[in-house]
Amino acid sequence: MTTPGGAPRAVLFIAALAITFLALPVLALLQRAPWSSLLNLLTRQEVIDALGVSVVVSLVAAGIVLVLGTPLAWVLVRVNMPLRRLIRALVLLPMVLPPVVGGTALLFALGRRGLVGQWLERWFDVTLPFTTAGAVVAATFVALPFYVVTVEGALRTNSDHLEQLAATLGASPISVFRRVTLPQLMPAMAAGMALAWARALGEFGATITFAGNLPGRTRTLPLATFEALESDPEAAIALSLVLLAVSLAVLVPTRDRWIPTR
Amino acid sequence: MTPLSPMAVTLDGKVAIGNFHLEVALTVAPGELVALVGPNGAGKSTLLHVVAGLVGLDSGNLSLGGNTVDDGTIRRRTPPHERRVGWVPQNRLLFDHLTVADNVGFSPRATTKKVNHLLDALDLRHLADRYPMECSGGQAQRVALARALASSPEILLLDEPSTALDTKSRQIIHDLLGDRNSRPSTLLVTHDTTEVTGLADRKVELTSGRITKVSPL
Repeated sequence: MTTPGGAPRAVLFIAALAITFLALPVLALLQRAPWSSLLNLLTRQEVIDALGVSVVVSLVAAGIVLVLGTPLAWVLVRVNMPLRRLIRALVLLPMVLPPVVGGTALLFALGRRGLVGQWLERWFDVTLPFTTAGAVVAATFVALPFYVVTVEGALRTNSDHLEQLAATLGASPISVFRRVTLPQLMPAMAAGMALAWARALGEFGATITFAGNLPGRTRTLPLATFEALESDPEAAIALSLVLLAVSLAVLVPTRDRWIPTR
Repeated sequence: MTPLSPMAVTLDGKVAIGNFHLEVALTVAPGELVALVGPNGAGKSTLLHVVAGLVGLDSGNLSLGGNTVDDGTIRRRTPPHERRVGWVPQNRLLFDHLTVADNVGFSPRATTKKVNHLLDALDLRHLADRYPMECSGGQAQRVALARALASSPEILLLDEPSTALDTKSRQIIHDLLGDRNSRPSTLLVTHDTTEVTGLADRKVELTSGRITKVSPL
């Protein structure tokens, strides 16, 4: 609070309104939480199934994001290539694209009659839609840009001088990447992974469109929450609390990036 | 000092970076120490980058030890990691995730024996297990120099190595470079006149990307 003459009251008031708006849903969830029966609700078979699907899908997606996203971020920053702006826009597209559109697009790309999907089925006998693997594909699609953006930002701030220096010392390009670029990027990679994993865990629209809502196979926690809201609101609240707790936990490793400490 | 095999540098070429043009013809004899002086923005650092292979020639030719490493006319360059050039940049640039000893031993060409020798020669032994964040400016400068020397360079490129250096560090670096028989061919960018007269065999003045004066010392 260092504004000379103090903060204008109108601004303070609107800011307080915004804080209330953001906090209210969380408070409502906590207020309606069936604390006494929470354990019972969360140990039901369908909840455990959804939890299992979610853990597998989000972790595998995060792993794929790490493997695909790190080289992609590096190339976007360090390689001078034609159409870089266009490629970058394409990479960021899933961040702003409605997930249901992403799911539809995935269906036409990787579905059984899709652009690539028909060959996957014919040649490799691989079918993605309405399978757990399909849910992983949907989660990866929406989560990848979150990781790339985070790592890309760090690469831009770290100049390439250290990489050049390592090269003058006799390190080959792959060795420079492994011994200098990656260790420098570790904090950003951890933050990017946390964000991407959280996004994968919360994925709903692309998953239900591309992978469906099959219990034990593609019904993740968000899908189970939505499902339960109609039949069993208490279970829906319990599931929401789990997702809320996970989201808060993700803020911890990304704290420095998104919540600057003074 | 570890015996080195100094190499001649022969550069005759042009580089354009935006509006800046560097056009230089310069030869450094094996084991010779050439001081590069001149105002900021004269192209001294760029000249070092060209020799190191970080910036390519737009025309002309650069050869190290008689081998062409950069042919500007066909735009073919030997990458930095195949050049055996030790570069000590102005802003030190240490690997923050590695200890002092691991920084010095970073090069695949660095042997344990050489690293140990340099840790002693540059008075870094007591810092071996520390991280760069814990080093003073002078210590970090010595680490950067030791790291470059550990890579067995045949050409050494020093960009203002004595700036912000304490007397002790400066003395250690000068003792190392003053030994004509054991140093690599060296290009030394400096603003320090005592450094020029005390160490250099020749002084080359650079202004706006061109050599304006060469004085033997």
